[in-house]
Amino acid sequence: MSRLNDISVLRWLMRNPIWGFVLLIFVFFSLSADNFFDYRNFQNILVQTSTIGIIALGMTLVMINGNIDLSVGATLALAAAFAVDVQSWAAFATWGNWQILPAVCIALLVGILMGAINGFIVWKTGVDAFIVTLGAMLGIRGLVFVYTGESSFFATNFAYSDFSALSLGPLPVLAVIFLLCVMVVHWLLSRTVHGRNTYAVGGNREAAVNAGIRVGPHMILNFMIIGFLAALSGVLLSTQMGAATPNLGRDYELWVITAVVLGGTKLTGGKGDIIGTFGGVLAIGIMRNGMNLMQVPAFYVLVIIGAILIAVLFLDKRFNTSNDGGLRL
Amino acid sequence: MSSTQEAALRLQGIVKTFPGVRALDGVDFEVMPGEVHALLGENGAGKSTLMKVLAGMYQPDEGQIIIAGQPVRMTTPIEAKAQGVVLIHQELSLVPEMSAAENIYLGELPVKSFGRVDWKTLEERSNAILKRLKCSFRAEMTVARLSIANQQMVEIARALTVEARVVIFDEPTASLTDAEKVVLFDIINDLKARGVGIIYISHRMDEIFTLSDRITVLRDGAYRGTLITADTTEDDVTRLMIGRSLDLSRDEEPPSFGKTMLEVRNLTCPGLFEDVSFTVRTGEVVGFYGLVGAGRTEIAETLFGLRKAASGEILVDGEAVDIVSPRAAIAMGISLVPENRKEQGLVLQMNCRDNMTLPQIQDLTAGPFVSHGAELAIFDQYRDRLAIKTPSWRQSAGVLSGGNQQKIVIGKWLSMQPRVLIVDEPTRGIDVGSKSEIHQLLRELAAQGYAVIVISSEMPEVLRVSDRIVAMYHGRIMREFEIADVTEDTLVQAISGIKSEKTP
Repeated sequence: MSRLNDISVLRWLMRNPIWGFVLLIFVFFSLSADNFFDYRNFQNILVQTSTIGIIALGMTLVMINGNIDLSVGATLALAAAFAVDVQSWAAFATWGNWQILPAVCIALLVGILMGAINGFIVWKTGVDAFIVTLGAMLGIRGLVFVYTGESSFFATNFAYSDFSALSLGPLPVLAVIFLLCVMVVHWLLSRTVHGRNTYAVGGNREAAVNAGIRVGPHMILNFMIIGFLAALSGVLLSTQMGAATPNLGRDYELWVITAVVLGGTKLTGGKGDIIGTFGGVLAIGIMRNGMNLMQVPAFYVLVIIGAILIAVLFLDKRFNTSNDGGLRL
Repeated sequence: MSSTQEAALRLQGIVKTFPGVRALDGVDFEVMPGEVHALLGENGAGKSTLMKVLAGMYQPDEGQIIIAGQPVRMTTPIEAKAQGVVLIHQELSLVPEMSAAENIYLGELPVKSFGRVDWKTLEERSNAILKRLKCSFRAEMTVARLSIANQQMVEIARALTVEARVVIFDEPTASLTDAEKVVLFDIINDLKARGVGIIYISHRMDEIFTLSDRITVLRDGAYRGTLITADTTEDDVTRLMIGRSLDLSRDEEPPSFGKTMLEVRNLTCPGLFEDVSFTVRTGEVVGFYGLVGAGRTEIAETLFGLRKAASGEILVDGEAVDIVSPRAAIAMGISLVPENRKEQGLVLQMNCRDNMTLPQIQDLTAGPFVSHGAELAIFDQYRDRLAIKTPSWRQSAGVLSGGNQQKIVIGKWLSMQPRVLIVDEPTRGIDVGSKSEIHQLLRELAAQGYAVIVISSEMPEVLRVSDRIVAMYHGRIMREFEIADVTEDTLVQAISGIKSEKTP
């Protein structure tokens, strides 16, 4: 019986090699970094990765759907700017702590709107999502600078900046929100009609159309979800900083894509899952945290993570093409 | 087999394994200079693997490759080509944006000083080869602008840049018209006359019997025997291939037709088809026969909402309908099993169950979630009904054999309880055994009361499955035959545009 379990665990790891890698680096840093194996540090890792992790969930949907979204970093900054700024609007001056509510709602709506615009353009024009969202990345970042006037907004309501220090039982509230998002998006992708059709459209668009699936609405919905998640991430990041800077979220799209790809999602669409993405996010979080504790200089950390990204994908290719019954040349 | 002549190429005891599969299990094979040696086997029998071993794309785990008496090791297609072994791919492997000449010499472009391409030599040599192949186009043409048949010619021309000892043709006629086939066969006979050994892989018995001198059969990766073509019959070959005899007879029970389920009146789509009218009754299979490009697939696409007709009417169950999208077609009970299952019918990375329930998961929900139980119930039902062979529903559709893939697509639409089922080229690229199963299945579906349209370019197929045959030529219906009245001659005349006196 236990043998059988060993085998199925092994198979599971073969299908999700990233979790094997997570396990490996977890053991490595536990042994070699002094303060790594510590409950508080684990909390730290979850909080540190939550920003990228939440967006990575949305990126998984968009990439399985056969698209990509490069504008997430800019959307995050725009949403953060709204979240911090709206609180101080005169209209909400007498609302007390309730002024946070309209601010956060507007920020999230802005994210959803940006996503909807991206999705609509990709659907209607047929221009590649890479190009559309590359344009959106530049354009939205421009809007952020216009909106903030090149300076940072600071949160005047202390309840807002204290939020990130809250804990829910044993976990920091940011970690709880991240884990909740993981679960909800996992369910969405693996159990709902929308999730299934997301795979179908990304896997073979023509076959999906022939099965009567409406491609456009699914694409737009996924872009709206990633817009929402990027905005949520922006709000959470601004609570941590108590401020919103115009350069917030620079390069985040690259970290997010790195995490998603490490998790086994294919750039070509049709393949991937949230369990893998969660593993990819943790892998990056653990590597950054662990190397930081070992006092590896930050620039080397980038070199190492870059090399590991390529190595992991190379191994994945080696394992998973032979399982398909032949070499791909 | 010992002979006075040295074999152009000989394989001895070739073994090739992939994780979990023994793709080739001690295969022996030889081809003499000036011989056409056909290689036959069902899909998955190991033909393609064997060819990839020959072309240097795979390394055999055991066994020897002997060329002109010398054992050789070939680790890349370039090395194989240097040994005079060239493979003409089943799927075209050309770079569409490049010229025919560049494609012919891809990887071996002639160079001048400083590594510059010697365009003049390139074009001279390429045009000489194309002339030898009696091609009417120039080597400077961009490949994307050539017809499929001419692209195939470029692929063949590529094989002739070296003095080939052995040329392997892998399903070369899959996308060729009859006229183009004649040209291809001329080329093969020409190569043969010059003493080149030809290995010819095909599913089509008629071609194999026309062309080949010997036939070798593989089954499940193992060598099953070699036959001299002149002393053998199709039946012998089939028995060797599938290990049993094929029943090609029709069920004798007279079919009973019900009401008219689909009626098409004067449907026109300029340039594709014109003034097309026909009916399909429940319990009936109507076969659409014609040459590639006769407009049959386009009619099916119009009925399925993928194209818009310029004029004409479509009536489903007596009601005039406007079919604007596949979604609308499905809602009206029209289903299409497309011509090209890998590109149009299946999501290859998806598992079998999910592929089968794809059009209807929105109706299989429990709360916000898709109900796995309901999905599995449908999958199990149609797996049993269609005898789909897959180890589990978790298997991704891409790894199944062509026959089983096609059954998944058919099952997908049957589970929607369609009123009209359109099947475009039901057995393209499917091996003989599964082919007859699918024919049987189409007959059964009609008997169960479905209205079925079968589009096919293979005469034996339309003759076998249809109750009525609609013959098309250049976008027009030339003639309609009851199955009892049809002869091969009249059918061929009708699809070649030759009018007979009886034309209605």
